[in-house]
This record gives sequence, C-alpha cells and structure tokens, in this order.
Amino acid sequence: MSGQDLVVIGNGMVGQRFVDALRARDPQGRWRVTVLAEEGRPAYDRVRLSAYFDGVSEDELNVHTPHDGVRLRLGEPATAIDRARRVVTTAVGEYGYDALVLATGSYPFVPPVPGADLPGVFVYRTLDDLAAIRAYARGRRVGAVIGGGLLGLEAANALRLLGLSTDVVEFAPRLMPVQVDQAGGAMLRRYVEELGVRTHLGVATTAIRAGADGAVDALELSDGRVVDAELVVVAAGIRPRDELARAAGLPLGPRGGVLVDETCRSADVHVWAVGECAAVDGTCHGLVAPGYATAEVVADRLVGGAATFPGADTATKLKLLGVDVASFGDAHGTTEGCLDVTFTDPATRVYAKLVLSDDAQTLLGGVLVGDASAYPTLRASVGGPLPAAPLALLAPDGGGADAGALPATAQVCSCNAVTRGDVDDAIAGGCADVPALKACTRAGTSCGSCVPMLKQLLDAAGVAQSSALCEHFDVSRRELFEIVRVRGIRTFSRLVAEHGRGRGCDICKPVVASILASLGSGHVLDGEQASLQDTNDHFLANLQRDGSYSVVPRIPGGEITPEKLIVIGEVARDFQLYTKITGGQRIDLFGARVEQLPQIWRRLVDAGFESGHAYGKALRTVKSCVGETWCRYGVQDSVGLAVALELRYRGLRAPHKLKSAVSGCARECAEARSKDFGIIATETGWNLYVGGNGGFRPRHADLFATDLSTEALIRLIDRFLMYYIRTADRLQRTAGWIEAMDGGLDHLRAVIVDDSLGLCADLDAAMARHVASYSDEWRDVLDDPERLRRYTSFVNAPDVPDPSITFAVERGQPVPARALTTTRPEPADTRRQPVSLGLPEVRR
Amino acid sequence: MSHTITLDWTAVCPLDRLEPNRGAAALVDGVQVALFHTVDGLFAIDNRDPVSGAYVLSRGIVGSRGGVPTVASPLHKQVYDLRTGECLDLPGMAVARHDTRCHDGIVEVRLRREG
Repeated sequence: MSGQDLVVIGNGMVGQRFVDALRARDPQGRWRVTVLAEEGRPAYDRVRLSAYFDGVSEDELNVHTPHDGVRLRLGEPATAIDRARRVVTTAVGEYGYDALVLATGSYPFVPPVPGADLPGVFVYRTLDDLAAIRAYARGRRVGAVIGGGLLGLEAANALRLLGLSTDVVEFAPRLMPVQVDQAGGAMLRRYVEELGVRTHLGVATTAIRAGADGAVDALELSDGRVVDAELVVVAAGIRPRDELARAAGLPLGPRGGVLVDETCRSADVHVWAVGECAAVDGTCHGLVAPGYATAEVVADRLVGGAATFPGADTATKLKLLGVDVASFGDAHGTTEGCLDVTFTDPATRVYAKLVLSDDAQTLLGGVLVGDASAYPTLRASVGGPLPAAPLALLAPDGGGADAGALPATAQVCSCNAVTRGDVDDAIAGGCADVPALKACTRAGTSCGSCVPMLKQLLDAAGVAQSSALCEHFDVSRRELFEIVRVRGIRTFSRLVAEHGRGRGCDICKPVVASILASLGSGHVLDGEQASLQDTNDHFLANLQRDGSYSVVPRIPGGEITPEKLIVIGEVARDFQLYTKITGGQRIDLFGARVEQLPQIWRRLVDAGFESGHAYGKALRTVKSCVGETWCRYGVQDSVGLAVALELRYRGLRAPHKLKSAVSGCARECAEARSKDFGIIATETGWNLYVGGNGGFRPRHADLFATDLSTEALIRLIDRFLMYYIRTADRLQRTAGWIEAMDGGLDHLRAVIVDDSLGLCADLDAAMARHVASYSDEWRDVLDDPERLRRYTSFVNAPDVPDPSITFAVERGQPVPARALTTTRPEPADTRRQPVSLGLPEVRR
Repeated sequence: MSHTITLDWTAVCPLDRLEPNRGAAALVDGVQVALFHTVDGLFAIDNRDPVSGAYVLSRGIVGSRGGVPTVASPLHKQVYDLRTGECLDLPGMAVARHDTRCHDGIVEVRLRREG
C-alpha cells in the first residue's frame, strides 16, 4: 500500500499525543504526517503551565517528541480547509490530505465586558501569555483574576508569586464550582484567603476600568464594589477552537466544538477531531485525560482499529495554592436517589464527601479538600463496593483507605492504567518491594500518588519488607542512627553487643562508621572507628583495580591558582602519577602506592592544599560555572557560593555520596539539576533544587525553594542534608530518599521549612557542630605517627614496594601494566589491544 | 610459577603491630600474605584477591557471617572464610590459607601450598 497523507492541525498536548500514538501503531510509516502549529514552539505541558512561575523552564515543559516521517510546521497556522479538494491552506501554502485531524484546542473565553481589551488585561493559556504577565507585573502591586475555577486559582497563585496583592472574582457562589460542592468550596476559600488572596463570590465583573494612563486600573463588580487591579487575568473558562471547521461547513456540537461520534470522526469521513475542540457525541471535554483518550481512538482508527471513546474520566486531583483538592466520579451527587456521607473538621480544615448509591453499597464519587491522601484508593473504588466503612475512609490520612480491600479490576495507577490485578500478579511473580513493582508494572512511575497503595498491596500480599541492615542488625540504618544518637553509643563493639549480634561485616561496619562520624565522634581513623572504615576511608584515598590508590586534591568550586596548578603538576610528575581531569572539576592522580600516600599529602599540604573526598559516602564536589564575575549572562557569583558550600560541607559523612553544583544563571552550565542539591541563580537570589543524580538511574533534581537569600539557602541546605543523614537508608541517595518519603517533597518542605516535626533547631545545631569540628583528615594523619604506621607496603618489609604494582605507558602516561586476572566473562584477547578507529596511521 | 615452600615458621612482626580487627600485608618468602588479628584469633591467607588479581585482601573489612570469621574483598566485596580461605559468595573460589601463631609476642607465619 502506498503512503497516505495525514495533516494534523494543532501541536498541543493532545495533538502531540496523537502523533506519538499513531507513530507507535504505524511503524512502517504508512502515514506521512504534517503537523501545522500556530504557536512558534512545539508542544508543551499546559497542565503544568503555572510551574513556569516556579522557575521551571520552557525546555522542561516541552512534551514534543520528533518522529521520522512527521513534518512539524511551527508558527504556520491553518487558515482554511477545502474539504472538496481535501486541502488545508496556510499563509505559506497548501497541504493535501487523505485524512485530517483537528487538534486545535480551545481559546480562553473573555466575557464581553467594557474594557476587556485594555492594556494590562491578560488571558492564561500559553507560555507567551505567562511571559507577558510576568513582564507586566514588574513594579506593580495589585492584580485581580476574573474566574475562581481551577485555572483562575492557578493564575491567582501566579500573581501572588509575582508579588502582587490579589483578588479573585467568581460568578458562581463558590470557588472551583465544577469540581467541588458548596461545603468543599467554603473550606477551599478559607485556605485561599489565609494566603492573602481575597475572594468575591457570586458576583459578576461588569466593567474593567482604565486609569489615567489608559491601562487597566480597577474592576467594577455587579454588587457595586470596585476592586483595584493594575493587572487583570481573565480565566473565565474556555471555548473550543472550531472556526476552521465551522467555515468548512462541518457540523458543530450544541455548545460548539467539532461534532464527532464515538470514533472521533466528524460528518466528513476524512476529518477527525481530538482534544478540547472535539464535541464527542456533542460534549466537549476540557481535561487532558479525555483528550488523550480521543487521540488514542483516532490513532487506532487510522491503522484500521476499532477503538471507541471510552467515556470521559473527569477525576481530578491537584494542589492549588498548597491545598489538596480532589474530585472524582459523580462528585455533585446527580445520580437518582444517591446518598452523601460528609466529613468536616474545621480544626484540621479537612472536608470530604462520598457519594454512594441509594443502597449505600456502591461508591459513585466524591470530593476531598485539605487532605487528598485517600484519593487513589477511592478513585479506584468508584463503581464498586466501598473498601472500608465510610467514616474510616474519610478520616484524615485516609487511615481506613486500605488498598488491600480493592477488587482486582480496580485501577491502582491511573497514569499507566495498572490494575490491582496487575500489581498482585507482579507480586506473585516475585516483586518484593516498591522499586521492583515500579520496574515491572510501571505503576507509580508517573505522578507517584499510588506509591502508598503499592506498599499496602505488598502488605496485603503478606510480603514482609524487611528493613534489617544485615545479619548483624535487625533494624534499618535510620533506626540504628536513632539508637546511636539517643543512647549516646560511640563504639561499634558496644552497639553490636547491645543491639545486634556477631562481629559485623562490610555492610554494617561502614554504616556505623558513617553514623558515628555524623554525630561528631572525632577523626574517622580514631581508635576502633578505623577498623570500621571501607578501604578508601581507611587509607583516605581511592583504591584502584590494581591495588594502587588515586589522590584527588580538593579544589573547591573548581577554582585554582596557577601556582597550585603547577604544584599538582609537579607532584604528579615526581611520583609518576597518571593524571586525569575529572567530571567534578578536579584533577585525579592515579597509581600511588600505599606508602606514597603520606608523601604526596605532605607536598600538597605544604602548598596549601588538602586532599579531597573522591571516595566514600561523603560530600564530593560542588561544581560551578564561572558566574557573574566574568560571564556576561551570569547574575550571581556562582563560584563564590560553590567554594563556600564545598568548604562548609566537606567531610560530611552521609548514607551515600553527595554531589552539588551552582549555576550563575538559568542557562545552567554547571548542570546543577543533576546533583543531590543544586543551586541556580536568579535575578534576586538562588533557586534550590534537590534530589538529582547522574549515574545508573539519572534524575533531574526537583525545585524546592525559589529566590532565596544566600543565608536562607544555606540554612535550607543544612537542614536538608542533616535530615537526609538522619533518616535515609543505607546507600539511598537523596532522590530515592525523597521518593520513598510518605508525602514526598511536600513532607520534606513541611519538615525543614515549616518545622512540622520540631526538628529544625536540632538539625541546625548538628550542622553547626560539623562545621566547627571539621579538620583536614589527611593533615591529621601526617601529624600522628600512630596513624602513619598504617601506610606501609608490608608490615615486615616496609622498604619493599608492592611488587605486583607495575606500570606500562599509554598515551604518554603510566597505566597498570599487569593483565589482571578476572573471573568475569571478559575475553582476555580484547584487553589493552590497540583499537582500530579507522584513522590514518601517524608516523613519527 | 612456583614458590619455595617453607616448612618453618617465619617471624613477621610484634602482635601489637597488627591493628585489631583489621588486616596487614606481609611478605613471607616472596609470598604476599594477608594477616588478621580479630577477636576470633590470628588468621593468615593469601593477599591476592582471586577475583581481581590485585593484592588487596589485607585491606578488606573483617567480620563474621553466621559465626564464621570473614574478610570482604575491598574491591568487589566477595566474602572469604578466614579459617579456610573459602569464598562464601562464589562457589569453588578460594584463596590459600596459611598457618599463623603468636609466639612470645611475635606473630609467625608458615606458608602452606596445597595440591
């Protein structure tokens, strides 16, 4: 079959999803696809649009995936459809089609009030809109939002973050009228007003007034009040973009939108519609999930499938202005004879409502405000029996909402369509913990809200999730930390005698060494502590595969003087060390024998260096870009901050290694978002990101706090690190630690920003102790003959260097000479053979 | 390649030269020996890690597994029985063990070569 032409009008989230879905189903590329996009940028995540004000960049919002055989014409909107000739026209040319998919989305509805076109009045739909709002807000004090729905409240929060005092005007008698009921709306209003956002409910905006400069100045309301507003955002709903279809003579829905049937096909067999512009059986859906469903239907149909629109799932869970709000199923109780069970707690400010069938046996829907922790279980139970007694389900924390009571068909992870049955099968197949379930079923890998349910399902299946550290301790690292801290234990032998068994091992000993170091127990090689350390911490250098060590002098922030650079060169030359620049802006010197280590450190210490932790579960480096001192884009002194942070946290022992970086502007040259704690400069301060890492499972750090002063930034990092050190499991990096935390990033914020556990003073003091007690571990060894005795080749032949360490020369530098034996399946003949790169041979 | 087998005890160092619950390397008739002084006694095995070929076992962490005194290779953490040299993680893998004792405060080693 020869190729056919497909034109897609629109490159929003749904248009993009459609192309992705089609490409997945049409690997031979039967369809040649042209996408015509009105905006100048490819598809981005409009659901997370407001994250733009939290410092999330355009790039991060991008959801566009390029595909072979798909032409994307950005900034080239379709202007007409000629159905007779099957041609779409743009300002540039014509595109013939065998199939046409309309994915034109919606436009913001602006009520026809006088002044709606004044300067300073905005809508809230595109990144350009948000950029314009941000630019206009600068230097202004008061703003207002017309519309108190989901988008209106997001816009109100955006204005708040831009420093504007904000009013919200909503025509309905409550906020978020579509999603919540009157009582839920009242609870939501209390939260919103507490944040300083004033609400005006049950009133219309009758006019938008201009000031002396001709720009917007105030809103006039239907009750006669006047609200000052130097900036107005209109978020009064959306309307489908159906003007092309209308002009082409296609039938529309009763309230607009391209009328399509359950296969998403219009009255013209060659024309389909997806997303917000489609009126499926007459109804337009303004949420992304039903939009995605239409995209999948059309993609399936275009390759000969028989998919139909499954009905719209309007369940919503979101956090608006810091408040959890969820709505699912028949939230407003419109089913004949249905019953309500409501729960209101003014003290904790939690509101919840369940809508039940007339026999109170079947859950039909519900509303949650203030605490939506029961949402995943409840949503999965809609249409089935209640998983527990209603009051138990509604109690704060969803204590009674146990996933163990769900039927096998209930959807546990709605992002990836994983049912309880799928999870149970995976558990039966051997998945014994949440990470295994994630890898096997994909449940919990998108929004993560179902992770608590995964734990409950593991419990329900009787899978004991042992937290024992090893055979010597039955408790986890976190519990061990508390035991050591509270009981004041300072030796491994006492700890294992009182709280464990046996002699310890290579798992628990380094853990205990790390805990003791975190609690300020002197030099890591003091007394019995020395016997607990991994070989790297025992010799304060990095063991290499041939038994030699590498030394990495500390170069805080990657800043180094020419004199010091020369010293490193001289040391490397004199000890014949292989020299390599690392990824952490340091210089690694390889091939040092054990007995050479103190001699090398002596040279470094004398030149004003200390050696550095390129090993161990400790702070490694704080990378930086050059920052505002030199860079014409830089807005803060990133090097200065990186140096200060590296010096502050050096020597800090942790459950896993810690990496950091500081970028001097949003261009992010220091790659701070791949670090455990990354800092990116803003015009007014610093944004802090946490939980990033490279390595085996790369992860970008999440934005934690914005526009911090240097002092506030350091205080937050202090607490972040100390809380991590106290509560993480062994070898759990900050990313996994946050992911595993009940409540995730919000919980972390509550603990270290709002001090919800009353721990902050303690964490601050612990970090102050660390900073005050830091001393150069390598110099301390040089100053102590007892410790120095360790650095000998042979206890009975200290003058004989280890004969097994020998070197060959490769690219002008020493490298291990020995062909090391190995039991790994590595063909010996590939080892250290010249590799042909197909380059011409260079003759000297 | 073969080593001369010593039938006699070789004095290595004073006992207090060995760090408790840690290893040290010694050179006995050209053979690298890893010596350990643990709460369970004195042990001597080959210093060569048979998995990597590097001479590093003396730098591993000592401990116990199910009551057996052990050392873990510092390179890739395989655990060896200090009494027999047998690897507890990789069946069939082992290092040579040697005799060791403390005589008048001096640690002595007698090499063993089997097979």
